[in-house]
Amino acid sequence: MTLSVSIRHRQGAFTLDAAFESRGRLIALFGPSGSGKSTLVNIIAGLIRPEQGRVAIGDRVLVDSASGQFVPPHRRRIGYVFQDARLFPHLSVAQNLRYGRWFTPTADRYVEPRAVIDLLGVGHLLERRPAMLSGGEKSRVAIGRALLASPKLILMDEPFASLDDARKAEIFPYIERLRDELNIPIVYVSHSVAEVARLATDVVVLSGGRVQSAGPAASVLSHAYVLPEVDPAEAGALVELELLEPDDGYGLSLLRSSGGVWRLPRIDAAPGTRHRARVRARDVMLATKRPAHVSALNMLAGTVAEIVDAGPSDVVVAIASGSDLISARITRRSLDQLALKPGSKAFALVKSVTLAGTGPAPAGDDRQ
Amino acid sequence: MEWWTLSPEEWTAVRLSLKVSVWATLASLPLGIAVAWLLARRDFWGKSLVNGLVHLPLILPPVVTGYLLLLAFGRRGPVGAFLADYFGIVFSFRWTGAALACAVMAFPLMVRAIRLSIESIDRRLEAASGTLGAGPAWVFATITLPLMLPGVIAGMILAFAKAMGEFGATITFVSNIPGETQTLPSAIYTFTQVPGGEFGALRLTLVSVAIAMTALLASELLARRISRRLDLE
Repeated sequence: MTLSVSIRHRQGAFTLDAAFESRGRLIALFGPSGSGKSTLVNIIAGLIRPEQGRVAIGDRVLVDSASGQFVPPHRRRIGYVFQDARLFPHLSVAQNLRYGRWFTPTADRYVEPRAVIDLLGVGHLLERRPAMLSGGEKSRVAIGRALLASPKLILMDEPFASLDDARKAEIFPYIERLRDELNIPIVYVSHSVAEVARLATDVVVLSGGRVQSAGPAASVLSHAYVLPEVDPAEAGALVELELLEPDDGYGLSLLRSSGGVWRLPRIDAAPGTRHRARVRARDVMLATKRPAHVSALNMLAGTVAEIVDAGPSDVVVAIASGSDLISARITRRSLDQLALKPGSKAFALVKSVTLAGTGPAPAGDDRQ
Repeated sequence: MEWWTLSPEEWTAVRLSLKVSVWATLASLPLGIAVAWLLARRDFWGKSLVNGLVHLPLILPPVVTGYLLLLAFGRRGPVGAFLADYFGIVFSFRWTGAALACAVMAFPLMVRAIRLSIESIDRRLEAASGTLGAGPAWVFATITLPLMLPGVIAGMILAFAKAMGEFGATITFVSNIPGETQTLPSAIYTFTQVPGGEFGALRLTLVSVAIAMTALLASELLARRISRRLDLE
């Protein structure tokens, strides 16, 4: 299912002028606050009618200013998980969950309450009122409520912004299951690199109301220049890895990326499983010759793909390693001393890697 | 007979007052909700005028309201003649007229309470309900209406209490006919005008106080039960 968006909408002094198309299973709308993410999501949901433009899922047009088409929100079949959950306070959890299902024609229902309740682990909450739930529980019920309306697209507008990291860690596996087990596209709004790196198959980067870049998560997130505006410390690459050997005898796991072999702290999973690692640009050193006596475990050979300015003294150098782009933040002085230019050979020494969840199944199999 | 026993005539006045007030409250409720919703949610041409008209009985002397009702809804009044000819509804010198007078006088209080509760509803909940497939009418029935219930109940109790005490407009519009338009306040007034009526007036006063207190307690209890159910974070 292709989500295609092409809109122009003015709201006070702010203009959203965004166009992208994506067949991703989990499309992250990514950008700093005020970049137009929530406006865009509200336009997709039909809560805001854009001044100009068109939004369509597959061949189903939701709004088109050229032909005057506008499908009202209640006919769009789009599940919206709001930032503040917005559970109905006068209904129990069970009634909240079944609310949207009631408006869905029987023929269009594709999920059963039992399955969703199990998937989200909210079975013990059914009799409660929303006021009696914790933040994480509210988020899960809100997801379940949207899901039980059997939507054709799910929108999540920073659904976990108010949760602490422990609660988020509790919920992310559920989102990954939605992404991998259901065949409905999810549009996920976030301004956190870590969340996007963990969950997204595709990323649309918004900045000042415009699409800065869009495409598969690994390639978008690896282009360092899209990220500094969000959070310089988090800028970096996302690498897809396949587990070769869970234990190499030193308590380390052996994995393979498109550019080489990696050693990471032991991962308890079966060989062949896919994982995602985030490599921050500030954790990568560069060398022009293969260093012999260093303690860094992970070293990848590649060529300089591009060099981007990053502040007064630094640059970010993107190294093409296989199909991955690994970025390194180095000083301009080092750049000159190493005489790096686009095309020159370089070795990336990775000091530290963060595992960012299990990778989605390889793209292409179920993207219809 | 003890002094506190109500005479048959006094019972009639009590029963009539209850009937008039219940009808006044229930019959004006749908219109009250509609007007409160319009004033809270819609911008339309002449909104201040509607708002002013609704609140007029609150500030006009009740006698004036009663006289205007007489002019409009009396046998020869334009509205009264129309309703009598086409629907057989007669207001003048009937208990229905007393109910109309009470409803008009209580209307501003009812609308005000309901309007406040509509304005306090989080509209984002209604948007959420829309995304789940509920059309505008369903959003109103399943989200807006239940959430404004405390205000509706408060408005009904206020209107009922106001109707129980309405005097000026009622007596001007439909006079003071025992058994037909003589409500509690009218009966008390009559007792105070005749020699030896003190005990009658006192008895009916006590009944008035008792009914008002019961209504107030009932509304407290209901409001508490509802707010416990809603229990907003």
